[in-house]
Amino acid sequence: MALSHDEIYAKVKEVLVDALGVDDDEVKPESSLKGDLGAESIDFLDISFRLEKSFNIKIPRGELFPEGLDASFVQDGKLTDAGLAEVRRRLPHADFSELEKTRDVSLVPNLFAVRDIVEYLERKTA
Amino acid sequence: MRWIWIDKFTEFTSKTSATAIKTVTLAEEHLHDLYPAFPIVPHSLIVEGMAQTAGILVGEARNFREKVILAKIGRATFHRLVRPGETIQFQARIDQLSEHGASVSGSVTSGEQTVADIELMFSHIDQNMAGLKFPEHNFVFTEQFTDLLQSYRAAANISI
Repeated sequence: MALSHDEIYAKVKEVLVDALGVDDDEVKPESSLKGDLGAESIDFLDISFRLEKSFNIKIPRGELFPEGLDASFVQDGKLTDAGLAEVRRRLPHADFSELEKTRDVSLVPNLFAVRDIVEYLERKTA
Repeated sequence: MRWIWIDKFTEFTSKTSATAIKTVTLAEEHLHDLYPAFPIVPHSLIVEGMAQTAGILVGEARNFREKVILAKIGRATFHRLVRPGETIQFQARIDQLSEHGASVSGSVTSGEQTVADIELMFSHIDQNMAGLKFPEHNFVFTEQFTDLLQSYRAAANISI
């Protein structure tokens, strides 16, 4: 039986608390992993591993986190047009104003929020 | 020259687990740095021993093609001190391995007693630091590290 939204959210919260050392009440659906929860690049790999374990799933490269973008989407640290379109597709709720100006790929993780993980897992475990 | 902190492997199962030992001697200068007249192995060096054991395990899993670096200490719980004269054992087990890196759980023991429980995460840096250029050659796994594994395999009569 598929997990409910609340069950998925509770498990994601637990993973983030363990991986990032944050308090339970700091994790909210709109919290960005990097900006609000202080995630560094290696934490994305850690979170990925923990989610795989917790949900008993495999997360293929580039499927969940934007930083796993295929190299063809990035040129000299900047997103290509196709790269920007790909990030928009994956993060439909995010504010793209800054990214559109700079195209700086290192800004992409700033856009990624807790709800994006939950939505991904809802699709994945449906 | 790189600094090798483990003495030898006593068990090595590719992609799964490895065990290495380290015999601690009073002659090692760093044992005397923390407390005068009370030499102990600093906890950071216990983590280093686990990182070397687990790092070689993770590197071997991809035939040393990846540059494997210690990226995160997820947890390190210490249960007792280690003193000169003890032989400590580092047991590492791969929990997850992907093209990006690996997570490893380890326990450190001395005789029957648990010294520490340690969880580490390793990154394959060429796969994770998109856009950054690293030297072509594998600067992580020098001959000194791979020799440790070859010595074990030679002693265990396992073909390399």
